[in-house]
Amino acid sequence: MARLFVRNSDPSGQRRARPAWSRLPSPRALFLLWLPAALIAAAILLPILYLIIRASSGGISAWVHILRPSTLAVLGRTALLGVSVTGLSVALALPLAWLTQRTDLPGHKLWALITPLPLVVPSYVGAYLFASALGPRGLLQGWLEQPFGITRLPDLYGFPGSLLVLTLLNYPFVLLSLRAALQRMDPALEEAARSLGQSAWGTFWKITFPQLRPAMTAGGLLVLLYVLRDFGAVSVMRYNTFTRVIYVQYQNSFDRSAAAALSILLVALSLVVLLAEMRWRGRSTHHNAARTPKKSKRLPLGAWRWPALIFCGLIIGLALLLPAGILLYWLARGLGSGEQIVSLWQASRNSIVASTMAALLAVAASLPVVILDVRRPSRGSRVLERISYLAFALPGIVVALALVFFGANFAPWIYQTLPMLGLAYLILFLPQAIGAVRTSMLQAHPSMEEAARSLGKSPPEVFRRITLPLVRPGIAAAAALVFLSTMKELPVTLILAPIGFKTLATSVWSSVSEAFFAQAAAPALLLIVASSLPMAILVSRESSPG
Amino acid sequence: MFHNFPKFTLLLVAVLLLVACAPAVNPVADPQADPEPGLVADPAPEEETYSGGDVASETGTLVIYSGRSESLVGPIIQQFAEVSGIDVQVRYGSTSEMAAALLEEGANSPADVFFAQDPGGLGAVEAAGLLAELPEDILSKVDAFYASPNGRWVGISGRARVVVYNTERLQVSDLPDDLMGFTDTSWSGRLGIAPGNGSFQTMVTGMRQLWGEDETRAWLQAIADNNPTYYENNTSIVAAVAAGEVDAGLVNHYYLYRFLAEEGENFPARNHYLADGGPGSLLMVAGAGRLANGENEANALRFLNFLLSPVAQQYFASQTYEYPLVEGVATSSLLIPLTELNPPQIALGSLADLQGTVTLLQEVGMLP
Repeated sequence: MARLFVRNSDPSGQRRARPAWSRLPSPRALFLLWLPAALIAAAILLPILYLIIRASSGGISAWVHILRPSTLAVLGRTALLGVSVTGLSVALALPLAWLTQRTDLPGHKLWALITPLPLVVPSYVGAYLFASALGPRGLLQGWLEQPFGITRLPDLYGFPGSLLVLTLLNYPFVLLSLRAALQRMDPALEEAARSLGQSAWGTFWKITFPQLRPAMTAGGLLVLLYVLRDFGAVSVMRYNTFTRVIYVQYQNSFDRSAAAALSILLVALSLVVLLAEMRWRGRSTHHNAARTPKKSKRLPLGAWRWPALIFCGLIIGLALLLPAGILLYWLARGLGSGEQIVSLWQASRNSIVASTMAALLAVAASLPVVILDVRRPSRGSRVLERISYLAFALPGIVVALALVFFGANFAPWIYQTLPMLGLAYLILFLPQAIGAVRTSMLQAHPSMEEAARSLGKSPPEVFRRITLPLVRPGIAAAAALVFLSTMKELPVTLILAPIGFKTLATSVWSSVSEAFFAQAAAPALLLIVASSLPMAILVSRESSPG
Repeated sequence: MFHNFPKFTLLLVAVLLLVACAPAVNPVADPQADPEPGLVADPAPEEETYSGGDVASETGTLVIYSGRSESLVGPIIQQFAEVSGIDVQVRYGSTSEMAAALLEEGANSPADVFFAQDPGGLGAVEAAGLLAELPEDILSKVDAFYASPNGRWVGISGRARVVVYNTERLQVSDLPDDLMGFTDTSWSGRLGIAPGNGSFQTMVTGMRQLWGEDETRAWLQAIADNNPTYYENNTSIVAAVAAGEVDAGLVNHYYLYRFLAEEGENFPARNHYLADGGPGSLLMVAGAGRLANGENEANALRFLNFLLSPVAQQYFASQTYEYPLVEGVATSSLLIPLTELNPPQIALGSLADLQGTVTLLQEVGMLP
């Protein structure tokens, strides 16, 4: 036990301060925390179990098939893309989070609202739009041809295009985690540093940055694992990652055992990432807010606000306005030539129902896992937390087929119902909720919970009145992340939703794949608009007096 | 602030309930009794006019897994639902996703009909023993070439392989007369293909039948050596050809007409038919089969009959610009007639096995 404590991330005395009672799981804790956490872990392991069944049904040939030299090359390419996208996403998200949360950037509320929105653009559609705008003979080249005589832009396809698209659509993973952390960070330290003569820059690097590390790591992990499972962007940009190879198996030869064997490799790869991340964050420090931090004053940017605005403008211009602009153009062109746009009321409603359900489920499920991991650390609770990430790198089609297999054959009464879809979303998106909530939970010092306990409050009451409010920013960020990801989710929704359950994302896909551009534009734009509503609620909560 | 959190949650829950319980319907709670087919396929606003609650319960239901996009087949399925009074439920996805789902579901699948974009998906499901033999009156409606050799699925509409070319850069006379022409070094870096796409692979499968393995491999290798640009699908190729990213591409004929509808007649790309009777002008079919374990056999057969009726065949000819497969239905005036197209005489059922083709494409480096 002692060794575990030393290795644990928390050097702050949290552990020593803890009274003995909390180390032993009470029957109540067992029932309220361990039981739900174990059920959740079991659900996460379903796809893994499915993969083992499938891969072994193909016998040795499935494995022979993947043990080709080209598999190794694909592995290298995938790792390169994952690491690059993650690094670049952090590099974009860090200044964005700080500018919108901590400075007097003009219109910071609006920026806070729109900067996470690129997350909602489905990667297939995003990539298609980027290719048509920035491709060798795309929109941009068209504008440059007359004045500058440029007839062809450098090739976007392959690594550069994949890097660009995946970064611009996924940096919000890091951004939202960082923002939640910034909200709960006690500004007293920063103010002390400033009063001791540190420059704003020095304060950021020496005080703020180290405190943000857990949030950055949590967000970065989500980006990295997402890149492993993305199919849309890499297929349009023609970069052969692991997931693309898995899809080739499904798409073309219907060879499910080879696809399963490849997927197992992908799980192994994500296991390596997860262990590495655990070591990395284990060494990191975090600072507990022993009280609710007071609202920090926004740093005046002065003349720096112009480059800051240009920076934010560039990112949003590329990640949101460019795709939205092309969509609007498609829509206008379609309407102009008399095309009828079908009603999207039902699809919008379904999207919102599904995404809200997923957000509530994921947040609820993340709480026992996070509380166990942070407040009752043990080997068991840590294993639980890591297990919840295991399925996150799996392509949606694999998770979907796993649930088809178990649902159709063993639980037909729930198969293709809304609860089944919810379970699939939970498996896909739980890590996003855990990452954000965990970061907030780490920032909240347990001394307040302990004080409440010692005043005779029951654990559920302490949870409701102390813990929950303390981790509110994390919960809000978690809900936002899961909501936005579900809005654009495709393969699982197509295969597992109740029959006829159309969402905005499935409407976009069905049209764009057959070149019905005007028909695709309307739901895609609605997807962005509908997603901005919950973001607006979130942002207005963020800025309400703390 | 402590009080805000519960409010926020309450708000979310309230929104969820509100939306979920809105009057029009709950698709999940009771799909059987739901009188509104609009849930299933509602591209047309007229959905309200049809309320066959009672009719539906008399005529039963039909569950379709469609690998063809809703934008292509939604309207005709809707029409079937209206005419027949059957409660039709459709799951849309890609052909490969739907096939994989059917294979996982096995005997427990809720599906009655599988409507697929290409013979590959149907072949995989047929090989797993999940398709029922179709009655002769359905099979006899189309040429035997366009159905499964075992009579377990039937072709519904056809798409021709064509060369799409950029009209600003090329004249028809600049284009080769057969696929071999593209292996010439003058075509280096100018051709777009989609090796990951089912249609391209079906063409290669046809090529293996017509030319044999060795000659097919040689052609693929020569094309691969000629620096082609690889695209994800036909849509991307047509767009890239018009933009001038590449001069020409190998695609199915009907994507061009979608672009012309969206972008107008000035769209700088057109189709060129390689009418040499080789694999370059292969006619591929979208087809459908009945799941042997489906509960609604009669409705499934009624639907397949409907797809091969003059009304539906006319729909495919005029709305999706495909080739009708039933005799007596006119091909769109935009297309060259089937007789001029001169497609090679290959039984499409034999094109269902894609495994060899995929291996070949991997060998020459066209697929990962």
